[in-house]
Amino acid sequence: MDLIKGRVYKFGDDINTDVIYPGKYLSITTDREEMARHCFEAVYPEFLKNARPGDVIIAGKNFGCGSSREQAAACLKHFGISAVVAESFARIFYRNAINLGLPVLVASGIRDLVEHADAVEIDIEQGSITNVKTGENIPSTKLPGFILEIINDGGLIKHLQKRLSISTT
Amino acid sequence: MTIAEKILARASEKKAVKPREIVTAKIDVAMSHENADVVLRAFSEIGVEKVWNPERIVLLFDHRIPAESEKTALTHQRIRKFVKEQHIKYFFDMKEGICHQILPENGLSRPGDVMVGTDSHTTTHGAFGTFATGIGATEMAGVWATGELWFMVPESIKINIRGKFKRYVSAKDLILSIIGRLGAAGADYKAVEFCGETISSMSIASRMVLTNLSMEMGAKVAFVVPDDKTIRYVKQRTDEGFVICLPDKNAEYSQTIDIDVNDMKSMIACPHAVDNVKPVRAVAGLKIDQALIGSCTNGRLEDLEVAAEILEGKSVHPDVRLLVIPASRNVYLQALKKGHIETFVKAGALILNPGCGPCLGAHQGLMAPGEVCISTTNRNFKGRMGSSESSIYLASPATVARSSITGVISEPQAAD
Repeated sequence: MDLIKGRVYKFGDDINTDVIYPGKYLSITTDREEMARHCFEAVYPEFLKNARPGDVIIAGKNFGCGSSREQAAACLKHFGISAVVAESFARIFYRNAINLGLPVLVASGIRDLVEHADAVEIDIEQGSITNVKTGENIPSTKLPGFILEIINDGGLIKHLQKRLSISTT
Repeated sequence: MTIAEKILARASEKKAVKPREIVTAKIDVAMSHENADVVLRAFSEIGVEKVWNPERIVLLFDHRIPAESEKTALTHQRIRKFVKEQHIKYFFDMKEGICHQILPENGLSRPGDVMVGTDSHTTTHGAFGTFATGIGATEMAGVWATGELWFMVPESIKINIRGKFKRYVSAKDLILSIIGRLGAAGADYKAVEFCGETISSMSIASRMVLTNLSMEMGAKVAFVVPDDKTIRYVKQRTDEGFVICLPDKNAEYSQTIDIDVNDMKSMIACPHAVDNVKPVRAVAGLKIDQALIGSCTNGRLEDLEVAAEILEGKSVHPDVRLLVIPASRNVYLQALKKGHIETFVKAGALILNPGCGPCLGAHQGLMAPGEVCISTTNRNFKGRMGSSESSIYLASPATVARSSITGVISEPQAAD
């Protein structure tokens, strides 16, 4: 996978899935554009004004804690977020992101490496994150091969189609 | 090995497993509620025609019942159609209640099994010794297609509880105090094992409060070590066999915590985080607008019983709306027979149909800006139950019942 380059959109600790994607929109299950229109809507409405497709979310510990709603990962992907890097993730969000093909990386010290709106460069396969401005670099936890494969295949659905030899043509 | 290690070893057909090892486990029960709508779309996108085993999939409605919108009605309709097409054996339409109550009631939560659910509070079923955890919808589609899933073997935390609760102090106060101590990420990716004399004498319903709320400190799974009480409960409800997995004496834990509940006070989780826990006394006197007794955490018979005891012959404060939601039809019927429902109605409560109610902010009792709700549910995230300018406090059924009478947050022991 190529390097991911993007602008930082920074959050704090314990950003929960109700904050990322409010429960009142859970009946939206397929409309990707509509899902993307509600990212962080209730608590951080400025996100929808200021964030841009291609941005990288940088967060503190326990990002995505709370409910199993897949829309929390899906809305970020459909918005165009190119990766989420956090000090740590809650496990269901982490798995959901991988299954949807949204790169998620654990990097201890990430919140000190970059500021809001900095440019970052992420090498998923090598497990490294660089602040473009300062040149500073920290490692991220390397993803096991089979997880990288799911992300590289574009998510679990495409990965399973490949594994189960299902023709989609 | 710990319980988690034993079950994952069994389910992945290995002699032994160690923490951080990644295994592929066979799934015994795969549960989804309304979000099965997302699952079945992902499933059809994969392109597999038939689910791996229609007798292992459980589908039901509890999150938005009856449908609050046409969109949800369509969701229900699509799932019912899928149930018929795929011959899904266990389907509970909207009359039964909340998933984390009706699976145990129907003998589908069994010791030693691996259960996955597209609901984060699936950890609840660990009260029966089940390795039960929440997953997302796309991942569930993969389970429907293959019947298996990868897991990283978790480290385990052992929590040993001893002592006897004071009057009106309960499992809810205990687990809130544990979450306050460990923090919202304190058990991230880990398994939690509850044991000790207090747990042995605890009812099944109270045990489920502990495993349900363990999710709020990040636990992957939470267990109550199965005992005679567990086996009796499960055997009364199913003929299906199960393997009881108990922790070995030399099992290794990443952390062992000992708690004495003799002097434990009524506790409350303050806005806007479940780990923002204080004694009720610290916020007593705060005015409330709504009180809610119910949910997969505290909507069971013993919860309604204690609330009815406190509300008997009293009236809900005129400035407060009290919502009571039995966790299941079965719980509702028992509460009717025992006269609790009559007590609530006389006191001025609104009784809602068994289901998730307003807990997740979908319908049935949302809040306006500036309003305060005291609730027996499991999450108080900002904006969860309506306006992002409203606040939720989480407490025991006794604390909520007492507060609904006084109109302010009150310790249940305090005379009104």
